[in-house]
Amino acid sequence: MTVASPRLVLRGRDITAEAISASVVVLLIVVAATTSDTFLTPVNLTNLLKQMVTTGLLAFGMLVVILTGGIDLSVGSVVAFSGILAAGLAAGLPIPVAMAVGVTAGIAFGLINGVLVARFALAPFVVTLAALTTIRGLAFVYSEVPVTPEDPAFLALGSTMLGPIPLITLIMAIVFIAGGVFLTRTPAGRSIIAIGGNAETVRLAGINVRKHVVFAYAISGACAGLAGVVLASRVGIAQPSVGVAFELDAIAACVIGGASLSGGRGSVRATFGGVLVLVLINNLLNLYGVQSFWQQVLKGLIIIVVILVRRK
Amino acid sequence: MSLVLRGVTKDYAGVGVLHGIDLEGRFGEVLAVVGANGAGKSTLIKILSGAEPMSVGEMWIDGGHVRLRSPHDAHERGIRTVYQELTLVPGLSVTENLLMGDFPRRRGLIDWPAAHARTAELLESIGFRTIDPRTPAKQLTIARQQMVEIAKALVKEPRVLILDEPSAVLSGHDLDSLFALIRRLRERGVLVIYVSHRLTEVLDMATSIVVIKDGRVIETTEPARTSENDLIRLMAGRRLEQIYPGRRSEPGQTRLQVSGLTRTGEFQDVSFTLRAGEIVGMFGLVGSGRSELARCVFGVEPATAGSGAYSSPAEAIAAGLALVTEDRKRTGLVLGMSVRDNIALTTLKGPFIDLAKQRDEIGGMIGRLGIQPVGCAPMVVEHLSGGNQQKAVLAKWLLKGPRVLLLDEPTRGVDMATRVEIYRMIDALAREGVAVLLISSDLTEVIGASDRVLVMAHGRIVGELRSDETSEDEVLAYSMGTPT
Repeated sequence: MTVASPRLVLRGRDITAEAISASVVVLLIVVAATTSDTFLTPVNLTNLLKQMVTTGLLAFGMLVVILTGGIDLSVGSVVAFSGILAAGLAAGLPIPVAMAVGVTAGIAFGLINGVLVARFALAPFVVTLAALTTIRGLAFVYSEVPVTPEDPAFLALGSTMLGPIPLITLIMAIVFIAGGVFLTRTPAGRSIIAIGGNAETVRLAGINVRKHVVFAYAISGACAGLAGVVLASRVGIAQPSVGVAFELDAIAACVIGGASLSGGRGSVRATFGGVLVLVLINNLLNLYGVQSFWQQVLKGLIIIVVILVRRK
Repeated sequence: MSLVLRGVTKDYAGVGVLHGIDLEGRFGEVLAVVGANGAGKSTLIKILSGAEPMSVGEMWIDGGHVRLRSPHDAHERGIRTVYQELTLVPGLSVTENLLMGDFPRRRGLIDWPAAHARTAELLESIGFRTIDPRTPAKQLTIARQQMVEIAKALVKEPRVLILDEPSAVLSGHDLDSLFALIRRLRERGVLVIYVSHRLTEVLDMATSIVVIKDGRVIETTEPARTSENDLIRLMAGRRLEQIYPGRRSEPGQTRLQVSGLTRTGEFQDVSFTLRAGEIVGMFGLVGSGRSELARCVFGVEPATAGSGAYSSPAEAIAAGLALVTEDRKRTGLVLGMSVRDNIALTTLKGPFIDLAKQRDEIGGMIGRLGIQPVGCAPMVVEHLSGGNQQKAVLAKWLLKGPRVLLLDEPTRGVDMATRVEIYRMIDALAREGVAVLLISSDLTEVIGASDRVLVMAHGRIVGELRSDETSEDEVLAYSMGTPT
């Protein structure tokens, strides 16, 4: 018997989720453009493009982990550690090397998370919760006080503009495009999605499940490390306390984009839509001059509304 | 004193599944509902159990008009359903699963000794006394879980009991207990609505039989007035002799040699050989260790001793093996993924997927196996019927071009028409030189579709019989340890 599918799935893409994300984004832009004089100014738009980078990078990494049926709560701490490590090392090492070490630290943390989850079959929530506090501690151990890189070249990454587009926004866009290709066109990407759907079936198909799960956490670690380095370069200062609760925005972006927290379902495009929704809400509330505590309240409520809408 | 359906019609988003079903079941009767997969049996059950509303039509109980709004509503009216899919909470004990929401209490707290005693009493009264009430559900075999499901429906004696393929996972003694139970319920005035693919069983148990095809009742009859052949012809348009292709094989070289294979607690000292071009049936009652043996050979679980098993599924696949597991939902498919992505699972390799090539190959395989509906490649596999899901599992492995095919209950919950197709396909593969192990608890199938039959009991191979010389009685006798 045939039961009509409530979700439109075409070539593995979740059209409904993408359409909902896209229409919410368009709605927010229209509201912002018509109610605020400052929204469409070049300064604000450049700001917007820069602000989406951190959440964007974290959300893509988070999506890969969520697709396996896991979660990575440690990304906010990795942002702090990678940023402060890169900024600190920049005093003695060439800046690209210092930054690469920062990103590599993120990958290393991801690998450790992945091995604990895959090899020792520990719950992802618990493993990455422990990593959250451990890595945050390590950031403070490395430097209790904020590190300000003296060489202005450290700031180049975060301030370079390619025409109207900030370099870091371009980097994030490349991550999303490459990520989309990875998840739809590579055996590793397809395997990661299938593992979230039914790991035992995938194992019996001869695919190395553990390896792919470790890989997923390493991708999340790499994204978080990159986000940390980019953030330090953008604001010109690396703080051990930065990035608290960043993992929540990343998870929210995935969920707004229709990803299933039990794994196996999620879309790169729709997740990017989720990132835009979050960043636009923040920007809009700032432009309206809403007090920051009220911003948190409103953001939470808006997330619930978006998820309720896409539930239909 | 009856339950009556009049003109029941059901459509999903405009697609008609049932077209004016008329049905009458009297209390104290066993009403069998038979039909090919996709005929509409599952939908009919959902309507009877309150899980789905009917689009058009009426239901009457004892002459009173009834409208079921939910499964709870159906329970209130004494209608209980045992679904094919198991619904027990895996981590909870048998007692908790059975008495959930209705525990005996003492001073406000659950009285555990009384609860376990009541469960034991209930299990005893319906003939399932070998189940310990304290065992967590997940530690029970599928057959035992099925029995607990049935017990759950009987905690309060129902007026109507709907059983959807209750015998699919049962064999031997368990099956006898079930049949005895159904007889007792009938005598006590319960209407048992019995849905099964096993026609011998239906002819044995039922007092009346309804044949459904394409969402319509095409025949209402009684066991005395019909036969297995008649029913098959009605359901699928074929006769029994046409079900199994005639086998005559000249086995070639050895493809799989298992000797002295042991996995402690599951099977001991198992030796057998699979040769190119032959189909070897393997029969055993639930718990005889046949599925465990197949999983071990395929490298899913390690062996304790002996040779012939691979150390991981990847290695087994590299050596040309394929394993179709007994539970397609849990270990055969990724239910939320598309048909195409499921079939692609065994062939994922290299840095990039050639989407065009993949689409062609998989499209060809879908066409070759006739997976319905046409154009189902992008559909979520969960939305296919049982038989077509099974074909998707087979497609996944055939794409790999296996040299040794291990099939564990490949026709469980599969309709007759699709079964026939699967038997023909297995036969064709064997003719191409594939060595096939066909594990089944269906006696007719295990003999009819194979060249020889290995019989397993208590973790050992206790007999090997030529399919053209043996009988169902002989195979069964070996499996119960009483060969004549």
